[in-house]
Amino acid sequence: MYTMYKKLKSTSPGKKAFLLIAFAILLLAAPGIFAETAGASEIETVANATKGVTEAVNIMWIMIAGFLVFFMQAGFALVETGFTRTKNVAHTMMMNLMVFCIGAIGYWLVGFAIQFGSVNAAYPAVTTAGAVAGEWAHSPTTLGDWAGLLAEPLLRFGQWGFLGGNGFMLIGLGGSTGILAFFLFQMVFMDTAATIPTGSMAERLRFSGFCLMGLWVSMFIYPLVGGWVWGGGWLQNLGRIAGLGNGAVDFAGSGVVHMIGGSIALAGAIVIGPRIGRFNPDGSANALPGHNIPMGILGTIILFFGWFGFNPGSSLAFTGNGGLLASNAAVNTLIAGAMGGCVAMLWMWLKGPSKKPDPGMSVNGVLAGLVAITSSCAFVSSISAMVIGAVAGVLVCLVTMLLEKMRIDDPVGAVPVHFANGLWGLLAVGIFSDGNPASAGWNGMENPVGGLITGNGSQIIAQLLEIGAILVFVFGLSYLFFRLLNAFGLLRSKPRDEIMGLDIPEMGVQGYSNVDMKMSGRISLHIPTADRDPVKKSINN
Amino acid sequence: MIYKIEAIIREEALDPVKSALYEIGIVGMNIFEIHGHGRQGGVDLSWRGTSYKMDMLPKIQINVILSERNLEKTIDAITKTARTGKEGDGIIFVYPVHDIIRIRTGERGSEAISYPDDIDERKSRKKKK
Repeated sequence: MYTMYKKLKSTSPGKKAFLLIAFAILLLAAPGIFAETAGASEIETVANATKGVTEAVNIMWIMIAGFLVFFMQAGFALVETGFTRTKNVAHTMMMNLMVFCIGAIGYWLVGFAIQFGSVNAAYPAVTTAGAVAGEWAHSPTTLGDWAGLLAEPLLRFGQWGFLGGNGFMLIGLGGSTGILAFFLFQMVFMDTAATIPTGSMAERLRFSGFCLMGLWVSMFIYPLVGGWVWGGGWLQNLGRIAGLGNGAVDFAGSGVVHMIGGSIALAGAIVIGPRIGRFNPDGSANALPGHNIPMGILGTIILFFGWFGFNPGSSLAFTGNGGLLASNAAVNTLIAGAMGGCVAMLWMWLKGPSKKPDPGMSVNGVLAGLVAITSSCAFVSSISAMVIGAVAGVLVCLVTMLLEKMRIDDPVGAVPVHFANGLWGLLAVGIFSDGNPASAGWNGMENPVGGLITGNGSQIIAQLLEIGAILVFVFGLSYLFFRLLNAFGLLRSKPRDEIMGLDIPEMGVQGYSNVDMKMSGRISLHIPTADRDPVKKSINN
Repeated sequence: MIYKIEAIIREEALDPVKSALYEIGIVGMNIFEIHGHGRQGGVDLSWRGTSYKMDMLPKIQINVILSERNLEKTIDAITKTARTGKEGDGIIFVYPVHDIIRIRTGERGSEAISYPDDIDERKSRKKKK
């Protein structure tokens, strides 16, 4: 080999190119040569091996993407804590830690079964124009064979699915690599939604109320509505039922994750009321500045990084069409996030009260762009992604001001970022989808996903129905849920605790402490005296 | 007579003031990070689109204990280096000090604040020459 390399090195460039081309032709021709000589059973063996490798690549891809999405918890924790005040840091950080722990258990117990319990149950064939012929199950076909698993609907009428009911505690699913990886991927997505409301209710949410909220999101409200869009529910099936585009299309969850999380955040912020001192009796607002902008910005960069798992990973495949969907999603995520940040920065620079490129709002602008592109990232061109991100950057500033006018207190901007831009992202699918051929067959419809710019007016109706469903069910039911918590006194911390800061009354520790100066003398009493301690003795002498 | 100077200056003036004090031979000092305002009354800032007034501005307070004969020279050094001519340059307070005790040696009075190569030692060296 080495001598070959040496020979190659000494040959002229023209000869080298010829050798390379010859080698390439040999490689290309190889499969043909094999086909002629290999027997039928050998072909089958090769095909099976290829299939196994393909599935393994896809499963590995969504696991890596899932780990990236998990790391977004760190981003949320940093942004939320950086944007709140020193006296609440332990409380806010603890909410971000425990929302994952509580959510993971809740989703494993019940949530996954509700959301995806019937994803593999095939709907009967339909006669709607454009529908893929025959039965159709909404389960991914890229993650191995799920035959017979997650296949029994709990609540389904004809083409209208409402509730799954298999896979509680993953019982019976332990043998399927694809489903286990899929569970992990969906669990971290659920948790992204669950951690959004902790931001809008930060600095005044009772910890016991927060724990119940974590269960509410992970076990019920997110799986219910999320299942309608991703788990083979009625919204996902709208294309086949009524010919509305490709049904509700939400590639990585502007609606399912962000608008659901944002709706819960909005309902919570309304019911819990503003922080003490946020608004004056005459209606004017006071700023309660966050204590650590570096934390906020670091968190945003971590979130941006995690989003590269969130959006591209949602292709649920890396082979075949999955690769195109994933790389398109990655580029669009990049463009929209960057544009959201630029536009929000410029907006504040030109129109903000200080006429400066406000870091707090720029952080929200980046996140707004990322949220807005999430549902359409695989289906639009990068020029559309830029427009979607730009609109998001303006929207986040306007909604922040609107909330202030409405006297709704949202310490970290969860509602402008996740609710408003989740909604915008869902609409953007219906407007900017350009018929990416890799999306043909999406949700059981022959056509690729196309929006208004391709002359398809029906996709946006499906998107509006998803928005409506989230508003009615997630916002409505969560509003009632928080009212109930409030009625039992579990939602809002005591005014005295809130003014002191929640760290000591709720958590029993200070987030930033200098304990050694403040503790009673038990530690210093045990320090050996100078006479007994040879080191100290030598210093004194 | 021993005096204490409390000089409240801009944060960014600490380094030049410190060097100016070392130069004239003021060796011992301590500083506080403090917050406050005088005539200026604070500055306007904004947080995520809402403006607010920050009235307690961060400042540095330098404490120096010294003999009366060194007072004017020291005040001069501080004012010269800390002055920008804009609002917020700060203020200097001067108090009499009743007594000083150095814990290690038990020295009292101006003895307790004498250091090698400090402002007084330099003066006496000059006289000897």
